[in-house]
Amino acid sequence: HGPYQPHEPGYGLDQPGYNPYEDEIPDPQARMLAVKNAKAYLLKTSTKSGLNLYDHFANILTKILDEQPTNTVDIIENISKDVKWAQFRKKMDTLRDEPLIPPTFEAAEKCKALFIKEGGEEEHEGVEEEMGRPALPNVMEAAFYFEQAGIGLNKDESYYIFLALRNLIHVQPIQTCRFWGKILGLEMNYIIAEVQLREGEEEEETGEEGEGTTAEGEKETGEAGEEDEEKEAGPPKSTYKPPPPIPKEPNGTGTNKYVYFVCNEPGKPWVKLPPVTPAQIVCARKIKKFFTGWLDAPVVSFPPFPGNEANYLRAQIARISAGTHVSPTGFYQFGDEEEEEEGEGADTYEENPEFEPPPVAEMVDSLATWAHHVKGILKQGRCVWINPVQKSEENEEEDDEEEEEEEGEEQQEERGPPLLTLISEDEGMKDIPAWTTQASTNLIPEYSVAILQSNRWPGAYAFASGGKFENIYFGWGHKYSPESYTPELPPPAEAEFPSGPEITETVDPTVEEEMAFKIAQEEALAEAEEEEDEEGEDD
Amino acid sequence: LPLLQRDYRFDCVWFWGCIQGVRSSYYIAEGLGPDRAAPRSRLYSLNCIDWSLLTPATKEMLALAEQVKGRFQGDPSFEYSLAEINAEAAASLIASGKEPVMKEEARLIATIEQIDRAVGIVPRGAFVKTPLGSVHENRHFEGLSLVEAKKLSSYFHFTDPVNLKNKTLLEKADLDPSTDFLDSLEHDIPRGSWSIQLEKGGTVVVLRSLLWLGLTFYHVPMTKQFGYVYFGTGEKNLDLPFML
Repeated sequence: HGPYQPHEPGYGLDQPGYNPYEDEIPDPQARMLAVKNAKAYLLKTSTKSGLNLYDHFANILTKILDEQPTNTVDIIENISKDVKWAQFRKKMDTLRDEPLIPPTFEAAEKCKALFIKEGGEEEHEGVEEEMGRPALPNVMEAAFYFEQAGIGLNKDESYYIFLALRNLIHVQPIQTCRFWGKILGLEMNYIIAEVQLREGEEEEETGEEGEGTTAEGEKETGEAGEEDEEKEAGPPKSTYKPPPPIPKEPNGTGTNKYVYFVCNEPGKPWVKLPPVTPAQIVCARKIKKFFTGWLDAPVVSFPPFPGNEANYLRAQIARISAGTHVSPTGFYQFGDEEEEEEGEGADTYEENPEFEPPPVAEMVDSLATWAHHVKGILKQGRCVWINPVQKSEENEEEDDEEEEEEEGEEQQEERGPPLLTLISEDEGMKDIPAWTTQASTNLIPEYSVAILQSNRWPGAYAFASGGKFENIYFGWGHKYSPESYTPELPPPAEAEFPSGPEITETVDPTVEEEMAFKIAQEEALAEAEEEEDEEGEDD
Repeated sequence: LPLLQRDYRFDCVWFWGCIQGVRSSYYIAEGLGPDRAAPRSRLYSLNCIDWSLLTPATKEMLALAEQVKGRFQGDPSFEYSLAEINAEAAASLIASGKEPVMKEEARLIATIEQIDRAVGIVPRGAFVKTPLGSVHENRHFEGLSLVEAKKLSSYFHFTDPVNLKNKTLLEKADLDPSTDFLDSLEHDIPRGSWSIQLEKGGTVVVLRSLLWLGLTFYHVPMTKQFGYVYFGTGEKNLDLPFML
């Protein structure tokens, strides 16, 4: 800054006790004039915002004296900004009211709808009382137990889900229902309910399936017709026959044992997820994608996933259920009539009426007290292995059949672990065990709950306490793998045509070889001529 | 936690989150002095009763921790044998006279530091920088509006800015140096590594990080409430580009 010159405004300020204006304005009257000038300067309105400095300072001081915040000097600039902002806002007040209202209130309306009791419920209630087990799960009870473990949603959300499930039961004919869990997505989350429909309702599905197969049948005949025409002219048809699609398991068994309904938020309508096909499960094992929250979003991946996000979601649900749904050993037992057959394990299980729950401490200590009650999924994508080669009979062309039988690899019959295996036999990954157990609290062992966490599917939990148990999933929907995910490489390019002697290019003979050949030929000719001449002479 | 605050004389103590190991979980708390941007002291506990202070992270720890993959074991004295993981690092350690192992405690320190650096976020305007350089909470911060809350640019990383100087002069002119001294989330690589959701009809905005799965940030618009917490396995999601 340096020494000020007399004509600069800062002159004289660095010397204490020196009033800058004294020199120039010794007269008190003139000082009043100077003060008035200063005030007039402060009152000068800014050309941009219509404010003037004097009023602004007055407002700031009023605000400070009113509110009396601590350490005012540190936040003085913010106060100044706020005052300016407040002025600005008042003018726009009338316009601003509308847009801010909708989202919160809409959501509140939807939640309110959950609380309204629907009319015509009385019949349903009567039916429910007759059945031994109420269809509606006690979500709040499960939420309480999970809360002991520190898992779960907050009470409000649990209650909304409870009400939403109740609505679902009223709308759909449901035999048993369970809150399966919540899968997080990028834009919206999914709340999933696992449901078993009543017997009669499943026929709809088979009707659709029937239509599906007839459509395929028509397509095949159509293709055959086209082929006949094309055999005469047209590019060569590829002899590649894709391996026959593995048929999906019928509803009510295996991977399709339960039907799943999802909704994005409690209050929104429930959507039924389509049954899962083995091809989808096989593909889902190879890809790892986040869910966006929109059921009809395409899943862009390699290998291309056959379906949209709803199918991917269903496939992941199936995998998670197969991998992590457990119950205390002995809670379920095989039915007395069924015996284990060779190819299939027993499919159904029922509750064991004589089940005595082991104490919580034991459930925590040993994994042998827990067992899977959902069948594992084989590599094929189904729970029950099926031989795809048998399906080749459906093909019309005989050539294909022969080819398939020759080329068809001997697909080994796959056997999965039988139902109700103990989870102590689950393999871990590297040195991480497949499951982690914990008691919810060490301080109050009488009331503690045994908690099971899956390490293979992070987010899958199970609890057991007394005779009660429950499984739940909160997470992103992906399996844990210690190595990073590598996408599948594209298959090697196929050979265009088999290389054989008729197509292979032979090396052209070099000039020397040609010359040698020519000489040899001429010699042979000459010899032949000589022989003929000799013969001619003989004659 | 209040006892911690008293014992260590922190200005404020936050519950940072929980890193779940295979056998047990680590509960982490952070304590701050008056300057919010100063390196934080972190404490961990296995049972929320006995807390131990963690030393600040060093660069070697961070470098080594990146090599170690897999879950935390849940035992602070567990040692990862580096020889299996990275022969070079092991060799360099042996050369400097130390054993080629990494203790789980060090990995814990490094992981927390990485998470805070990478995804520790605050809303814009919540902190101000004083002319002296120290950072304080802005007592005039009244929350973001609903519109602002949905935009990624209204949230900042609470670490030393990396990208700030790269912005064009035009953008810089709009910034207010007292509040905009941090990196915003907009330019995070890869794009889309944050998921913003409004819950409860817009009363709460929740951001979840997809890079460190388990980091959740919440903010109630038009109020001063915000915060973030980490509940997860403590592993970086390296598959993120494939998953988007």
